[in-house]
Amino acid sequence: MTDTLQSVTLNINDAIYVVQVEPRYTLADVIRSQCGLTGTHVGCEHGVCGACTILLDGEPVRACLVFAVQAEGMAIRTVESLSTGDDLHPLQSAFIKHHALQCGFCTPGFLMLLTGALEKDANLSDEELRDVLSSNLCRCTGYQNIIKAARAAADEMRQVACPEPHET
Amino acid sequence: MLIANQDSATIIGRPVQRLEDPPLVRGEGRFADDISFPGQLYMRVVRSPVPHGRLIGISIGDALACPGVSAVWTAADIADIPPIDFRDTRVESLVPYRQPVLARDRVRYVGEPVAVVFANDPYLAEDAADRVIVEIDELEVLMSADDVGEFSEGRTTEPMVVRQSYGDVDAALANAHRVIELDLYVGRHSGVPLETRGAIARYDKHNDILELHGAAKVPHRNREQLARMLNRSLSAIHLFESHVGGGFGVRGELYPEDVLVCVAALRFERPIKWIEDRREHLIATNHSREQRHLIKAAVDEAGRILAVDDVFFHDQGAYVRTHGARVLEMVSGMLLGPYNVPAYRVAGHYRLTNKTPAATYRSPGRYEGTFVRERLMDAIAAALSIDRVDIRRRNLIPKTAMPYARELKALGDEVVLDSGDYDGLLHKALDRAGWAKLQKDVGDQRRAGQMVGLGFSMFVEKSGLGPKDGVVITINPDGAIEVVTGGASLGQGFETVIAQICAGTLGCEYHRIKVVHGQTSRIEHGIGAHATRATVMTGSATREAALILREKVLDIASRLLQTDREQLTILNGLVMRGNEPKGPTLALAEIASRFASEADHASAGVSAEGWFHTEHMNYPYGVHIAQVRIDPLSYAVCVEKYFIAYDVGRAVNPMLIEGQLVGGFAQGLGGALYEEFLYDARGEPLSVTFADYLIPTAYEIPFVDILLTEDAPSPRNPLGIKGAGEGGVNGVGAAIASAIDDALHAPGTIRALPVTPARLHDAILSNTAVSAHGKKSTPMTTATGVPDRPMSKEGR
Repeated sequence: MTDTLQSVTLNINDAIYVVQVEPRYTLADVIRSQCGLTGTHVGCEHGVCGACTILLDGEPVRACLVFAVQAEGMAIRTVESLSTGDDLHPLQSAFIKHHALQCGFCTPGFLMLLTGALEKDANLSDEELRDVLSSNLCRCTGYQNIIKAARAAADEMRQVACPEPHET
Repeated sequence: MLIANQDSATIIGRPVQRLEDPPLVRGEGRFADDISFPGQLYMRVVRSPVPHGRLIGISIGDALACPGVSAVWTAADIADIPPIDFRDTRVESLVPYRQPVLARDRVRYVGEPVAVVFANDPYLAEDAADRVIVEIDELEVLMSADDVGEFSEGRTTEPMVVRQSYGDVDAALANAHRVIELDLYVGRHSGVPLETRGAIARYDKHNDILELHGAAKVPHRNREQLARMLNRSLSAIHLFESHVGGGFGVRGELYPEDVLVCVAALRFERPIKWIEDRREHLIATNHSREQRHLIKAAVDEAGRILAVDDVFFHDQGAYVRTHGARVLEMVSGMLLGPYNVPAYRVAGHYRLTNKTPAATYRSPGRYEGTFVRERLMDAIAAALSIDRVDIRRRNLIPKTAMPYARELKALGDEVVLDSGDYDGLLHKALDRAGWAKLQKDVGDQRRAGQMVGLGFSMFVEKSGLGPKDGVVITINPDGAIEVVTGGASLGQGFETVIAQICAGTLGCEYHRIKVVHGQTSRIEHGIGAHATRATVMTGSATREAALILREKVLDIASRLLQTDREQLTILNGLVMRGNEPKGPTLALAEIASRFASEADHASAGVSAEGWFHTEHMNYPYGVHIAQVRIDPLSYAVCVEKYFIAYDVGRAVNPMLIEGQLVGGFAQGLGGALYEEFLYDARGEPLSVTFADYLIPTAYEIPFVDILLTEDAPSPRNPLGIKGAGEGGVNGVGAAIASAIDDALHAPGTIRALPVTPARLHDAILSNTAVSAHGKKSTPMTTATGVPDRPMSKEGR
């Protein structure tokens, strides 16, 4: 098998990783085991649960359904890119504030799903948000608080993107 | 990041943010698959493709020749390892039905481990596992617990019947105004956490210590069991719990894979890593719930229950697992819920089939029992034309009767309901939901042509299983406070709750507390986290330890501040004179530092150990109310509104309790409408992906309105706490069934869960058929034969 290894250059969170992969290696496995970024979780390996959701050129994608070789030349973003030190992304803060996680296993996938969706359109309606969120599975929370957190973060991200004019 | 108000004086009872969250939202959690050790081998399990058969031979040559493969084992390689034993009550009659770690001469379900491959890469291990050739002589399968077959020579597939009774049931049945009979079925479903199982074993040869990482739920108990199985002393095995991606009863049991990684780590003297994939999870991790109940109630003219007689059949699957007969014991001991029942008889038939073995799943025995009991209450109401609310009110145990001894046992414990105001909570729940307005609104919707209905269920949960738990709290000289417990975290917020209790009792800030759990190397004793016992037992032990520690701190502070200790208080980590908050203060760090130097061991700090003992469990209770709409074309059921009223005795963190209740509801709804492990007639599992086994998404879950009450604190612990882990799931199947009946104007239509569109369609057709023959369309008042039980998707 090892003779099928090939060198692939991945751009993950603005860092370059040169990895040796077989064509069959999933991007999720390579991100985790070779790049050491274990925040991307593998929950089903058949594209249903969404725990491994990452952003590929800004689009939320199941990393278990992509081969690492396919991701060469694309901008990959994982949950590790969201915060800098203690400075959390609005979605991360909202998830904590609204108790939108329990075991936390599905959380990185939800955060990346929402990051991708809200960066594209922070004006999603409640119904549109629910529609986006129904892409991923959570077994602990019953989604109620994830929806609340997503709403709160969307509102905050919209404020940041286009702050309301101050009254003078 | 943490909310501003974390005053230690009022920290117990406040919805403060979780200590667990920051690393988890950053992707810095350490789940099982995030744990790796240099030089590790990856284990891959070869599983039986056949539900029942004689194992003729296993050919491993091709697999051994694969690149990267170190070894392939079959049962012969681990002949010295005994079957996996009971973790709790040993039941002699079940002993021959325990599961071997690898199948020996028979396979009994699709997914049963028959061999394992060890390789230096997970992809290569999987490649090699595909090359193991298993030769099996197929035997006839037994796929329903309605039937009894032969398990092995001289042994049937029914090793035991769990029986309990009191009062004269036969006389009550003979003399009753009416006898109501039902035939009910709860489908096979389970916890299915988002993180699959994982186990990583490492052998530290120099110190002769075997380590098992990826432990969950009950690390101390599993350590004892592993020590027995591997013939090692307790001090030579340690289990390490890290982050756990959901448990729900199934994760953290001792499974064949846990034993295999340990044995291999010892033999190869290399770390062994095993991570389950999702297909494996759905056929190898404990299933749960599947039961058929034939229940009868004798009632008087007013609908008062005179007796309940239940015979049920529990589909255990292929083997007995660690829990033995506990699910059946819980069904039989808790079936009666909040009602007064003068005479009762139950017989639970423990039956094996050729399916994945079953055990506990969140609210085990109660989700099933509540569905059965509340269907019965609705049937009594329909038969006597009494309102569904009234029939319950007439039968509830009154508040004045507490404590109320049931003359029954559950989990080996006498069921003595400790406190409760069931009627009071029913009132509050109906008020909160606006029951009268809901009925009016539903009437309006119906006139507009919609199929909508309301339903509800009442139940009693249990929590705080004893007998004891102990905790050690230490204030380090640098001020860091550590609580060491043998409890476990499955994601429920254990660290936060324990920190709140410690902070509130000791008088320090909760976010400065580190709660250590699930590490057998840190504390000798531990009860883990199961049976909704962590907050009650570990929480109460934490309080005891904090009280003792507080006394020690005040002793020292009283000397240093030259003040009577009665005048001192501890608030937010500072000791001060009670009435002079601006006077001299002493930080806990200073006290710990002083104590350490006086005690002549400079780094130790000041610590205390506390224990909590209890003789009985306690009993929280709840009411669920559902409003559903049926799509007349697809027969899909949509939950429009849902209310949960739950009395938790005392809420340590209401936000986390609400989280538990809503999360539990979502799981309960899965079991009520979507989730089911199906098999075809030949025993082939059909629910092996998330496309077949349907977990509810954000789309299916409505907003859940929660009323959390503290009307009946438990007299069995000083804080009055009752557990909240299982109250969200318990009543869902029952409430949804009741609401669907109501939407159809046909009480008794729903006799089986989950109510899939196909099952609902069939149930409606059979109602119509009954009506067409001129009979009453309330089939619940007669025995109705076998509920529809799909064996194949085609059949649905």
